[in-house]
Amino acid sequence: MAMKKNTNRLLSSFESFCYKYRYIFAVIYVLLCVSIPFLGLNRVQTRLLMMIALYAMLGMGLNVLTGYTGLVSLGHAGFYGIGAYVCALLQVNAGWSFWPALLAAGVFTAFIGLLLGLPSLRLSGSYLSIVTLGFCEIVQMILKQWESVTNGNYGVRNIPTPHFFGIPLTAKNGGLLLLIVVLATLTALGCLALKNSNTGRVFFAIKDDELASTMMGINTSRYKIVSFVISAFITGAAGGFYSLVNGYIEPTNFVFNTSILILSVVIVGGLGTIRGMVFGAALLQLFPEVSRGLYEWRFVVYGLLLVLMMRFRPQGALGWRSTQPYHLSKQAKQILAQPETKKGGAA
Amino acid sequence: MVTFLGATINGLVLGMAYALIAVGYSLVFGILRLINFAHGSIYVFGAYMVYLFVSLQVGLFPSILLAILLAGLLALLVDKITLEPLRKKNSMLISDLITTVGVSFIIQNVLSVEKVFGSERKVFPSLNLFSNITIGHITIQSSQIIMFVVALLLLLVLTFIVNKTKIGLSMRATEQNSRAAKLMGINVNFVISFTFFLGGASAAIAGALICGYYQVISPTMGSLIGLKAFAAAVVGGIGILHGSVVGGLVVGVCECLAAQYLGSNVRDPMAFVILIIILIIKPNGLFGKKGITKV
Repeated sequence: MAMKKNTNRLLSSFESFCYKYRYIFAVIYVLLCVSIPFLGLNRVQTRLLMMIALYAMLGMGLNVLTGYTGLVSLGHAGFYGIGAYVCALLQVNAGWSFWPALLAAGVFTAFIGLLLGLPSLRLSGSYLSIVTLGFCEIVQMILKQWESVTNGNYGVRNIPTPHFFGIPLTAKNGGLLLLIVVLATLTALGCLALKNSNTGRVFFAIKDDELASTMMGINTSRYKIVSFVISAFITGAAGGFYSLVNGYIEPTNFVFNTSILILSVVIVGGLGTIRGMVFGAALLQLFPEVSRGLYEWRFVVYGLLLVLMMRFRPQGALGWRSTQPYHLSKQAKQILAQPETKKGGAA
Repeated sequence: MVTFLGATINGLVLGMAYALIAVGYSLVFGILRLINFAHGSIYVFGAYMVYLFVSLQVGLFPSILLAILLAGLLALLVDKITLEPLRKKNSMLISDLITTVGVSFIIQNVLSVEKVFGSERKVFPSLNLFSNITIGHITIQSSQIIMFVVALLLLLVLTFIVNKTKIGLSMRATEQNSRAAKLMGINVNFVISFTFFLGGASAAIAGALICGYYQVISPTMGSLIGLKAFAAAVVGGIGILHGSVVGGLVVGVCECLAAQYLGSNVRDPMAFVILIIILIIKPNGLFGKKGITKV
């Protein structure tokens, strides 16, 4: 008990420290990002960092759905695949440049998220997870079967390098890494804003108690769909980036195991947090690299890691509740500041 | 017409085996509301145990019996070691889910370690115990007949256990309301263990039957077949035994017909197409009871 108290105090002071110097941290972070092309990372390191940033972004995408709204998706690889294919095909077949293609990938995937969100009105809990699982398999089938467009099992090859004001972004000059870091950072900022917005609060309310939220007059179905759409948009954009990592994509990149990996990032990192996504992605991407010495046993150890994690720290590695004072929105502060009689009208 | 009949018969036979695996998902989901992702790997484990004992010259039937026992015990151990502590802590359902995923990782990858069995495919002893039967232009392999008959018998036995025995009564009670069951003096933990044992055992039998038909095993074969069997369980209405059978048959037949007429790429996802259609029309599956939200 005493230890728990100590840990809490430590956490609290750590959080206040981070919060106090957040601008300095932000500046350091930006400087670090800008210096990426000059750090002289080798191919393996660049790739690893790219995958970490990519999975952090995917984790944040799923986190909106699972961590905020409490809807467990087992089929995010489906969104991921749709995003990757839309982005790749628009570039290869339709001759679009990367940036509009990336946006289109996000928007199209969000639309699919809307369609998949509709059954969520009728299904609850595990059944919804099952539908998302089936969705992933069906996406897989369409990618394999619609050969005239997706090129079937062979996948899409020769995806062009994107250019940023004439500068090619490749893995070699660190441009791709910079791109995904920027995308992931934007996503993180977006998620932070979402978390502190009215919509975000509704998401958390639905997660904690759906019935009570309905009683408070919240249209839960609408917000569930919104959650699906946001989540799909982020995941689709991440997929769009993935099409650049290898220069080719094939249907088997987006299978059930990928969905599970994304979900593991969210759970291992800490459900509902943003810091957790980065940590989870780093842990799960680094682990297979670090444990090469274990050879064939490494995925056994990986499984063990998941099991032990759930047993002893089910809230995720960094999944503590914030000890900082509750962050009220401007509107809420205004309402609270007003005299008692006006409250009803302002709300 | 001949190809249609042939595909349908193949589908029915395969469907029966799916039903056997589906029962394991269904029983566990009924009681714990948990999708047991480790179930597919227990199916693989069962098949590998048969392979192991047959190669140790134990004889086919004793090997299958041993495999059933071991797979049942493994399923029970998985529950005792990994899931029971989580239940005691009242943890979130999603932690249980990830735990079962982790367990399936462990089992699958231990099996594919070189010194254990190795990751490459192995030849499995054939279950063609008597000569094939030919009716008109359709040939039915004897292993298919065995698969169908054995699966049918086992499903009848399972139905009997669940509906007519005392432990079955406790299982149903636990499924409906585990707290009330506990108050009535039912040892809920024992019931859950028994359920896992039954599921593991039936998965091992399904493993022996399906692999005896295809005559090949590999450590990774469980994940897809597990997901499909799970889809079958949900299509029929999860938690309901005859639902699993109907679901298994529907999935099996649709799959074989799709492979015949639409191409082999359509074969595997067919189960999920049916699943989504059924869930949108009937959110609790074909025979599912309407769930009541407890406040």
